[in-house]
Parts: sequence; structure tokens; C-alpha cells
Amino acid sequence: MEFAELIKTPRVDGVVLHRPFMPTVEGTLCLTGHHLILSSRQDNTEELWLLHSNIDSIEKRFVGSLGSIIVKCKDLRVIQLDIPGMEECLNIASSIEALSTLDSLSLMYPFFYRPMFEVIEDGWNSFLPEDAFKDLESMTDEWRLSEVNKDFSVCPSYPPLVAVPKYVDDDTLRKAATFRHGGRFPVLSYYHKKNGMVMMRAGQPLTGTNGRRCKEDEKLINATLRPGKRGYIIDTRTINVAQQAKARGGGFESEANYPQWRRIHKAIERANILQESLIKLVEACNDQSHSMDRWLSKLEASNWQTHVKEILTTACLAAQCIDREGASVLVHGTEGTDSTLQVTSLAQIILDPACRTIRGFQGLVEREWLQAGHPFQQRCAQSAYSNSKPRQEAPSFLLFLDCVWQILRQFPCSFEFSEGFLVLVFEHAYASQFGTFLGNSTAERAKLSLPEKTVSLWSWVNRPQELERLTNPLYEANSLVIWPSVAPQSLLLWEGVFLRWNRSSKCLDEAYEEMVHIIAYNKELQNKVNSLRRQLAQLETEDPLLQTP
Amino acid sequence: MEHLRTPKVENVRLLDRSSGQRKASIGTLYLSATHTIFVENNPESRKETWVLHSMVSSVERPPTIPAGSQLILRCKDFRVFQILIPQERDCLDVHTSLVRLSRPEKYSELYCLSFNPNVNKMEREESWNFIDLMADYKRMGVPNNLWVATAANSEYRVCDTYPSELFVPKMATPAIIVGSSRFRSRGRFPALSYFHQDTLAAVCRCSQPLSGFSGRCQEDEMMLQMLMKANPGSDYIYVVDTRPKLNAMANRAAGKGYENEDHYTNIKLQFIGIENIHVMRSSQQKIIDSEMRSPSMTDFLYGLENSGWLKHIKAILDAGLFIARAVADEGVSVLVHCSDGWDRTAQACSVASILLDPYYRTIKGLMVLIERDWVCFGHKFSHRYAHLDGDPKEVSPVIDQFLECVWQLSEQFPCAFEFNERFIISIHTHVYSSQYGTFLGNCQKERRDMRLRERSHSVWPQLWKDRAEYTNPLYQAELSQSQGVLRPNTTPYCFKMWKGLYNHTEKSTPPRQSPANFLSAVREESQQLEEELTNHQERIAALTGKPIMWEKIEVPRRRTSHLRQTHRGPDPPTTYTDTITSPAQDNGHTLSSEPANRKTPTQDPDLTLPLGPHTQLKSPIPDDLSTRSDLESGVADLSSCSSSRGDDGKDPDLGEAVFITA
Repeated sequence: MEFAELIKTPRVDGVVLHRPFMPTVEGTLCLTGHHLILSSRQDNTEELWLLHSNIDSIEKRFVGSLGSIIVKCKDLRVIQLDIPGMEECLNIASSIEALSTLDSLSLMYPFFYRPMFEVIEDGWNSFLPEDAFKDLESMTDEWRLSEVNKDFSVCPSYPPLVAVPKYVDDDTLRKAATFRHGGRFPVLSYYHKKNGMVMMRAGQPLTGTNGRRCKEDEKLINATLRPGKRGYIIDTRTINVAQQAKARGGGFESEANYPQWRRIHKAIERANILQESLIKLVEACNDQSHSMDRWLSKLEASNWQTHVKEILTTACLAAQCIDREGASVLVHGTEGTDSTLQVTSLAQIILDPACRTIRGFQGLVEREWLQAGHPFQQRCAQSAYSNSKPRQEAPSFLLFLDCVWQILRQFPCSFEFSEGFLVLVFEHAYASQFGTFLGNSTAERAKLSLPEKTVSLWSWVNRPQELERLTNPLYEANSLVIWPSVAPQSLLLWEGVFLRWNRSSKCLDEAYEEMVHIIAYNKELQNKVNSLRRQLAQLETEDPLLQTP
Repeated sequence: MEHLRTPKVENVRLLDRSSGQRKASIGTLYLSATHTIFVENNPESRKETWVLHSMVSSVERPPTIPAGSQLILRCKDFRVFQILIPQERDCLDVHTSLVRLSRPEKYSELYCLSFNPNVNKMEREESWNFIDLMADYKRMGVPNNLWVATAANSEYRVCDTYPSELFVPKMATPAIIVGSSRFRSRGRFPALSYFHQDTLAAVCRCSQPLSGFSGRCQEDEMMLQMLMKANPGSDYIYVVDTRPKLNAMANRAAGKGYENEDHYTNIKLQFIGIENIHVMRSSQQKIIDSEMRSPSMTDFLYGLENSGWLKHIKAILDAGLFIARAVADEGVSVLVHCSDGWDRTAQACSVASILLDPYYRTIKGLMVLIERDWVCFGHKFSHRYAHLDGDPKEVSPVIDQFLECVWQLSEQFPCAFEFNERFIISIHTHVYSSQYGTFLGNCQKERRDMRLRERSHSVWPQLWKDRAEYTNPLYQAELSQSQGVLRPNTTPYCFKMWKGLYNHTEKSTPPRQSPANFLSAVREESQQLEEELTNHQERIAALTGKPIMWEKIEVPRRRTSHLRQTHRGPDPPTTYTDTITSPAQDNGHTLSSEPANRKTPTQDPDLTLPLGPHTQLKSPIPDDLSTRSDLESGVADLSSCSSSRGDDGKDPDLGEAVFITA
């Protein structure tokens, strides 16, 4: 077993674990192939099980012969392990470092994890494109499911089945794909039942500096417009960035070639800028020594809230075009795998009540992120504590979840899930025992045989006991479009993620419990009163005499 | 009224900017002696907007535009109205009238002296006795063998800004009190604010000593010695000077200053660094300005930082926390002062009381606290909140800051306060509006001289009557977070911008969904269901002839963190399973098991037979919940993403639509 070579010291006694706002635990530290385990070997005390893949970076400190390892996790938690003995400490540290940076996907924990719970429904089969298409077919016959990408040759980051306009044939799609970044030709993202308008997404058009055009691409997107109608193209980049992209072969749709479309540029930042922003934000949140001025200025300098606002604003714009202006929309940025997906998925949260249910949200993440080819493996390889130079890392998905939380906070009764569900999804995107977020695309997942060899996160979530826990007690189905406020004072720091480990959650937990209890008690009372009503009614019909006083 | 130049103007456009209204409504503007009233023309709604003249803080007249002349009304509760009047002449008249009416020169012009709620004389007199401070001192165990009432200030002889009834250490003779008062700014000698029964330590307050660089006063030194001795558990006291040390030192040049630790034995001096009223005034102005600009996120956060507002709130909360810790943890008494001892001192003492004593976290308790530490101890309400046209340098949002501290605490301890945000905001409004006499004047003596008890009404009974509306549904007195001393986290990131006070958007239609409203409605429904349950049980018992089976409805409390830590072990670990604690017996939700002493239900003619559709009888949930069915109209709130293209009410001041910039 390869892991054994990496584990220089598998066990150390007398290790002390420090965690903020929790009692220290002294016990035995064990390293396994996938876990760092600390157990006091006493009943009632919690054991620490930490996935190596959750470790973002570590620091070593020595005071005499006592060594400390500070472990910084991708879920933003920071813990400290005091390890007696310099050599043990160094061994443990280098083992953790090696184990947490394994390159090979097939060594990841999901391939070794065996569920001990009963899988009621295999999450790998819960959200297949063909099932989503069946829903679409029930609303409209203007679309078809194309198999043009069945061997991933037209677009490596797309799923084998995509929804496209009915009268556009596969040859046209193939040609359009050569004109779009990464072969990401325009496909259906969302169909608005209320007025039949659609949202599509794609990669940038490869116009280059000499203004190349592609008749097939034009035909493809024009096929989505009703006669005489205009559509909107939302380019998530500023006009300057889009102009500059031309020099590298990219570009944007010109008015001349797309006369039926109106182009709007927004300013969602690129991956590396978002990653920097996350690092700065988390650094600000972790420094307790700040004065108020310094905290606010670091919060501002991180620009995180600006990104949240920009993304949410763009999503609102897309939703508004569809619902209010009655126009179809095409969304793209550069690759069409980050900002594009943020916008299309958030617009659906705003427009489609189904996406605000637990199951609907899973479907949304599957469709608009996993199957749509967001490169999770690259983006979530490191989180906010990474020391190494960022390569492909970016918190695109975390920003999406943050935006969902902002809407949830503004409409606390319109979501079936609670904040805990969003935090759960965030954690699993970065490190998980489940295979759901492994790999960068459907093609990669198929190659790794993930559906056969690993368990899906959704298999675990979609069991009654988990669902109950993730359910928002305030939920009352709301079939309407919900328009969030994007004014700066309406957007807050997502404390549930960024301050989660930096303050005691006791009082907020108690409040949550109280809320759950108030509602549960009411339900119980209703049941009881209803049963008494029935009993009474029965009694009174049995004995009509009693009704006369 | 001589100040009313024009009582009525038609075809006026009004825009409530602070509530995010995007389209002006057209209607008629009326000016009365007390209010500006706007009635919409729209025959369906005929919506009325009432603005009390005393709530208007400024009336601006921006340049005339082709459509007419404009007025901007800024209110003390941070509402902003934009008014467009077709004729310039009318606009001028309204402006002149409003400027005059919003700046009364005499107390007699104030609304509270003409406001006549529907109560008789007896009820009015009663209303003033609703808050009984002596009962509260008794509740804290005063007087006792350490602290006694003193008559020294009866008829306000020693200090005219103090109340006539005060508590001082038992050993403090009138001579010492008088001597000490001569050595303190405005005669505000050390007196008891709060006595902590558990530790016998006390919070006392006064003004700065008139020490200059070397002055001293034997009686004052004795007074502090007695404060120390009135606490048998400790051999020193803290003197908390809430000012920045530099300010306190500067005061020495003017013959004032702070206690010299060489002259006073057994004191520990502590400076806290709360800024003065002038700094606070401009700080709040900055935060309002940045709100109104509706800027980018960067501008907003920069504006928030630059205003310094949250820094000041933190300083006040830190001051209260220092005092509370000294009293509760160390058992050491604290003497608090600033310069005059009526602004920062009031803030620090009342925050400390809130932290120390759960009683002040109830609806009635907060009233008592404000009555004691603010109203009676001579906080200058009329000056600070500009009840009369006066020196603008005297105006400062001192109590705003205290109320905001309470709000910040309620965010950290959601179950610890009996009242909700609405209650705090209501108090804020009443402090400024002078609709009731409670907050009028600058001290007790002034109120007595004005005979306010005869000429106006107290606000507290009114607020108490509406307490159902002000109740926090999550309040649980039994929880540990509600009991004993509150220990807030004052790390900067724990402070939030108090949107509810400054931004009225969320209060306007359509209301955003509020969990608090939802839960209040659910609790109300539960109460009705409890009654119904009792009725049914009685009736069933009567029909069957069997004794009533009093069943308790018990719902086990789920002990669960709302953000659970996920375990990633290979086995299903123990922490997966919920620890279900035994059903809470003491949560006050369980049905009363006492037999109801009601008449036998068979004789009740009102009892109807609930059948069929009634089984899903969903009880009344307030309107604002049902308006969820109209959330769509919330599109107007999409401030930077507007759809106002189709709107006809083009208003130049509104943010332009993104579409246009595209």
C-alpha cells in the first residue's frame, strides 16, 4: 500500500488538540491513509476525524521539544495540535503534507469509502439530463435532446446529452462548437414556463481580431427567438476585457452579425482575482486583534462583498430580461464555466421556485455546475489558506453559494432548505467522502467510473433523517419570482461560513432550536386539535340528542 | 395657526425615498398645526402619509425643475420625502410654513401639549405612575444596610439636573454630599445607578471632578472612600472615565479633569475613550449620507468605516462590558463619569445594567432602565433631540447609540430579550417626536416646572398596551443565554450595520419575509389552538361522561447546531445520531394541566360543530405574511437592476436602470 510509505509515524500519544471555543482534548493521534484522527479513548468525548483532503496548509512551531502543528482546513477551520517530541512532530507534519497533496484522483477517499447507511436512492442516477429533458418536454416541444457530444468529442466539458433548438441539426452544432471557446456551443440552461423565454449559456465566440463570424452559430441562437423578438446577450466581462480577449482569439458577438441581439456587459471578475479576494477576506476574519477601522478597511479591501453584489446583480439582470422584458437570454464570459454558471444558476433560484427546494437545488447544482463542466477539481484544489501560488483555484462555487445565502436571508420563508444545507454543499465541494465533486467534467467522471466506484453526496442527503435536518422550518412554498435587493447594505458577510470558527455559536444554535421547537409544537397541536375535532364530530352524530341543549 | 400660510396644495407628487419607493404618487398635501398630511389621489388606495412637524429635521428646497418646485423633507427617524409642487408660489409657502412649524421655539408649541389621546384625567395621572423607580430599587435590594435614600437633593437644592430621590452609601452624610457636589461639574455628585445583589458591588455615576491640575476636595475623597466601603467584598473601586484620556487631560486646563490617584486612595482609574457628542453627531451624519447615496459596495464599506459609527458603538459596548465584568466577576464597585455625566455616563451605565440584569432585557425592564438612567438622571433630551429650535451643537444621537448597543446585543443573543427590534425603534421615534411628555425637557426639575404630568401623557403605558406587537417570539427566559450576565463578543466583526433603523426599505410594502413575524404568528396560532384543545377536551368529556384526559402536548427539543460539523469518518460515528434530550418540561409551551374552571361545555350555545373544511382551519396569520403572494412587486427593490423603464413617474433623482447603461 502506497500510503504506508507516506506515513512516517502512524501514532503519537499525549497529543493536545486546541480548537477555538471548544475544550482542549488530550489523546492519541493516528494517521491513516485518508484521515487524521485524534481520540482521547474515553467515552463521551468527541473524536476528531479530519480528512487529509480537507487540509489546506499546515504550519509548524517549536518551543523546546514541544512541537505544534497548526492545521488550516479548506472549510476555513484552524486547529492546533501540540505534539510532544520534535521528531514525531516533524514526521507527522511531513506525512500530513504528503497525504493532503496527493495528485492522483484514484487515491482519494471516495474510492475507499464504504457507506454504512442504506442507500435509498442512488444519487448518481437522480439527476440525469434525460430526466430533466422529460420535464422540459412536458412544457414545450421546441427543443430536442442532442447526442452530438455522446463521446465528448464536440465539447469535452459538456455532458453527452444537451438540449438544443429542435430544428437545429447536429452538423450545425458541430460547426457552432468550433466557433465557441472550449467547444461550448450555446445550449439550453433554463426554460421559463410562464412566458416560454429561455436562458442559454455558452463559451465566448472565437471572433479574434479580424472579426470571424460563424453562420451556424448565428443560426443556432436565432433559432431560440420568437418571430420579431429580440434577445439579450449577457457578457459577464466588461467591454474592455472582452475587447482584449480578441487578441487571444476570443471575443464577443458583434451587432452587425447578431442584429436581433442586444449585448450587455457586466463586470464579474476572473478566477485568480476571486481567489485572491477569498484569501484576503479569510485573513481579515481570522485576525481578532483588529480595531473596527482596520476590520472594515480589510473587509472592503478584500472586495469579496463587491463580487457578491456584482454576481447577484448580473443574475438579477438575466432574470429580469426573461421575466420582465419577456426576452430570451444568452449568457457567457470567457470559458463559460465560472461566471456564466454563477449567473445562470442564480437566475434560476430567482425565477424558479423548484430550485429553492432541497431536491431542486441538488438538481440545479448537478445541471448548472457538475454537468455544465465547472472544473471542481481545479477550482477547489486549494482554499483560503493555500501557500502555493494559485494555479486554477477559484471560489466560483463558494461565491454562488454565498449569493444563494444572501437571497435565502432576504426570503427566509421561500427556501425549503436551511443555511446548513449550503454550508454542507460548500464543505463537500472542497473535501468529501463522496465522489460527487471529484473530477472536472462529466467526461472525467465517466473515465474514473465515479458512479460505479464512489457514493454520491445526494445518496446520503436524500434520506429522511438528513432531509429533516436540512429542512428550513420556516418554509412555505412560494411559487413566485423573488427579487433580492442588491443594495450594499442589504448584502451581509456570510457569517455561517466566514465567522463560523471564530465565535461561539451557542446562542445562535439555541435560537435556531427555539424556532424549530415553536413550529414543531404548533404542528403537534394542530394534529391533536384535528383529531379531537373528528372525535367530537363523531360523538355528536352518534348521539344527536346531545346537540340540543 | 399663524404659521400656516397655505393649508392645502393639490396635484403634488410625493416620493418616499427612504422606503425605496421608485414612482412618485400624486395627491393632495395638507398642512395642519401638527402634521404634514399627504393623501393620494388614487381612489382605490387613498393612502395617507402623516409626518409630524416635530419629526422633521430639515426642509430643503432644491432648484426648480420644469415640472415644478421641489422640497426635500428629512426626518429625525431617517425617512426622506421628496415633494414636487406645481406652482412655485405654493412651494414657497409650504417651505416657509414647514420651516417654522418644524422648529418650535417654545415648549407650548409642541405636539405633546396638544396631543390628547382618548383617556381621562385619572388615566393620565395613572400613566405617569406606570414606571415606579422606587420599586425597581427595591427589586435590586435597595435601600439596605449599605445604601440608603438621601433627602439631600429634595427640591433639587444640591443638583438641579439630578432627580430628587437618590441613593448613596449609608455613611454619606448630607455635608459630605454637598461638599462632594461642589467639587463636581454641575454639582452631579456620585450616586447609585445599579446595585448588584449577587456581589454587593454597585454601579455609581457622577460628573468629572473640578480638580484642575492640583485641586482636591476632602468630602469628595471621603465620598469615594464610602462608595468603596459600601461594598464589603472589595478594597478598591474602579473609576471609569468614559472619555479618551487626552480629552480628560485637556479638561484639567479648564479647572476640571479626572481623579488624581495620589489623592484618592484605593481607586483604579480607567479611561474608555468614547468620543464626545460633536464627534458622534458628525459620525451619524456621515452614515446617513452614505446610506442615501446608495453607492457601490466599496463606497458603502468605505463610508461605514469613515463614519466611525461602529467604532463608537463598540467603544460604548466595551465600556458597559468593562463595568459589568468589574461588578459581576471581580465584585468591585464602579464609579462612572464623563464630563457632565449625562451622555456617555448614561450610555455606559445603562449598557452595564442591561448586561448585568436580565430584568432590563424585558419590555418593562427597558422602560424602567431608560426612565432611571436617562430621564431621571438628567439626560438633556430636549437639547440632544432638538425638540425646540436651539443650538445645533447641542444636538447629538446619544440615545440612538445606546439603543443600537441593545440591538447589537439582541443580534448576538437572539433569545435573551423579551422585546424585538420594533420596540427599540418605537422608543427611538418617541424620543424624537415629543408626542408624549416623557422625554420632554432636560431634567426632572424642568419637567416638574412645566407641570408635564398635568399637561401631557406618558409614553410607557401606551407602549405597554401594544406589547404583543413588540414581543420577540424567540425570547426564552429559562435559557442560559437569557440568564445572568451577558458576555457579548466585541470583536469588530461581531458588529453589524443596523439597517432597520436607518433604512426603511424593509418596513415598506411589500414587506420582506420576516422570520420574527412568522414565528409570532405561529405562536399566536398555537395559543388559540391550546384554547380550542381545552374546549374540545371538555366537550368530549361532557359527551362521553368520562373524566377529562388532560393530555400534554410535548415536542422533544432537538439539540442540534444549525451548522453542524460534518463528520468524515469511515463508520457512521456516534455524532451522526441526534441526542434527543428529554422533553423539555419547563419551556412554558406545555399545556396547562390545571383543570379549567369553566362551565360545562354542553351548556355552551356558541359551540359549533367543526366539520369538513374546518379541519384545516388555518388561523389568522397577519397580513404581511399573506402578502408573500405579491413578492413579485418587490422588483422595485432591485435598486441597481431596475425595471423602471416602463414607469411613467420619471424622477431625476432615481438611480438609472442598468438597461440604459448597457
